[in-house]
Amino acid sequence: MLKFKVFKVILLSFILVFSGNYMFSQHSEEHQVEKHSKKFNPGEMIMAHVGDEYGWHITTINEKHITIPLPVIVYSEYSGFHIFMSSKFNHGHSSYKNFKIASGKKNPLNGKIVEIINGKEIKPYDISITKNTLSLFISIFIILWIFLSVAKAYTKRKGKAPKGIQSFLEPLILFVRDDIAKESLGEKKYMKYTPYLLTIFFFIFLNNLLGLVPIFPGGANLTGNIAITMVLALFTFIITTINANKSYWKHIIWAPGVPWWLKAPPLPIMPLVEILGIFIKPFVLMVRLFANITAGHIVALGFFSLIFLFGEMGGAPAGYGGAVFSVAFTIFLTMLELLVAFIQAYVFTLLSALYFAMATEESH
Amino acid sequence: MGLVTPDFGLIFWMTITFLAVLFILKKYAWKPILKSLKEREDSIDNALQSAEKAKDEMARLKSDNEKILQEARVEREKLLSDAREVKEKIIEDAKTSAKIEADKMISSAKAQIESEKLTALNEIKEKVVSLSVEIAEKVINKSLSSDKAQVDYASSLLKDIEMN
Repeated sequence: MLKFKVFKVILLSFILVFSGNYMFSQHSEEHQVEKHSKKFNPGEMIMAHVGDEYGWHITTINEKHITIPLPVIVYSEYSGFHIFMSSKFNHGHSSYKNFKIASGKKNPLNGKIVEIINGKEIKPYDISITKNTLSLFISIFIILWIFLSVAKAYTKRKGKAPKGIQSFLEPLILFVRDDIAKESLGEKKYMKYTPYLLTIFFFIFLNNLLGLVPIFPGGANLTGNIAITMVLALFTFIITTINANKSYWKHIIWAPGVPWWLKAPPLPIMPLVEILGIFIKPFVLMVRLFANITAGHIVALGFFSLIFLFGEMGGAPAGYGGAVFSVAFTIFLTMLELLVAFIQAYVFTLLSALYFAMATEESH
Repeated sequence: MGLVTPDFGLIFWMTITFLAVLFILKKYAWKPILKSLKEREDSIDNALQSAEKAKDEMARLKSDNEKILQEARVEREKLLSDAREVKEKIIEDAKTSAKIEADKMISSAKAQIESEKLTALNEIKEKVVSLSVEIAEKVINKSLSSDKAQVDYASSLLKDIEMN
């Protein structure tokens, strides 16, 4: 029954997450309200950094924002397609046509583009190239560039020892192939799933690393974005479900070795739990990656915020003194995050492989 | 933007881009990479296997050589001992035949000597007879009428000689 309870909790949180109740943002808002708007607000800064935005904010010098403007693409049911640069919003201070970036702490659409129709804020279909989208494009460009050139090296230098970036990536490729795919799926089936596993491994690993780079091409919190992890988990879910064999479904609906009264109506607990499990597995994948990476970013940024908080409270000397400790801690944390970047990519890939293995296991 | 609300736009772009990346990488990166990795592993495997085979082959050849050498040695030993036997036999034969020949020669020599001796004896006998006759003649010439008893005696003497 304990298991059942756990599942209930997970299901509840599932509902909460998707019902638009922003537990996280509400929590931080309460802190923000107390503070003076002019003062440094770590919560706001951190949330802005781990979240998404319509332009890529680089830095602010003397109250002047330096931002790379990004294209906004929206489709409105009222006025059709619109494509324009995010600089038209002037950092959210002005509106363009009828569009503006919604603001207000209690506004559920806070930070999103809305269209003003008859004085009401209505959310259009929004496929803007946001900071995370651009970061996604940059990262896939890097991935394609790296692996296509590595593939070229493999075909050019056939049968020879690896060289250059090839020799750096080969152990990782072999690691995914031998220690993840072959180990979980077995000699017969692993080749079918290895391309997907390699792709998600390197996609997650590279984006985790890019997230740790503080300046322009990096710095976006891509793998710590729930939409990205959701799509990745969905792919794993879809591949698992498509390739599942009879014995997998049989184990879900009528698990052998379980007393009949646990799986027959009126109280088919086991099938219910198993069916929930189908969805919980990818859901957990999604949340684990998102939470680990986001938490890492939040903690690292928190330490940086300490510098400015000390500075505000005790003047410049306290700020500099605090900086020594903060930087030391941030270095330590970044080292830890490097490890986490690898571990999370590994865990996501390994669990995907295990789910595929479970779905395709032959009945014994 | 809520931290835990998946954003539609990002889901849209992520799905499209990830599918594209998956497709491109699968076709143009993972396929050649995995293929050539496999090929390289296979070729290393093969090389190791053939090295092992060559080693076995070498060992086999070496033991063969050893065997052949051993056989050759035995053969040589046999030949030598055969030769020695032949040599001894030849010597033996030679000795025997020489001895036979020698015996033959000796015996023929003996026979010849015997016959020579007989001839010589006969000659001597004849000489003796003639000498005796001469002597007797002379004696007779001197005293033929003297004594008949003397003649008888001479004849008996001659007879004795003939007996010998």
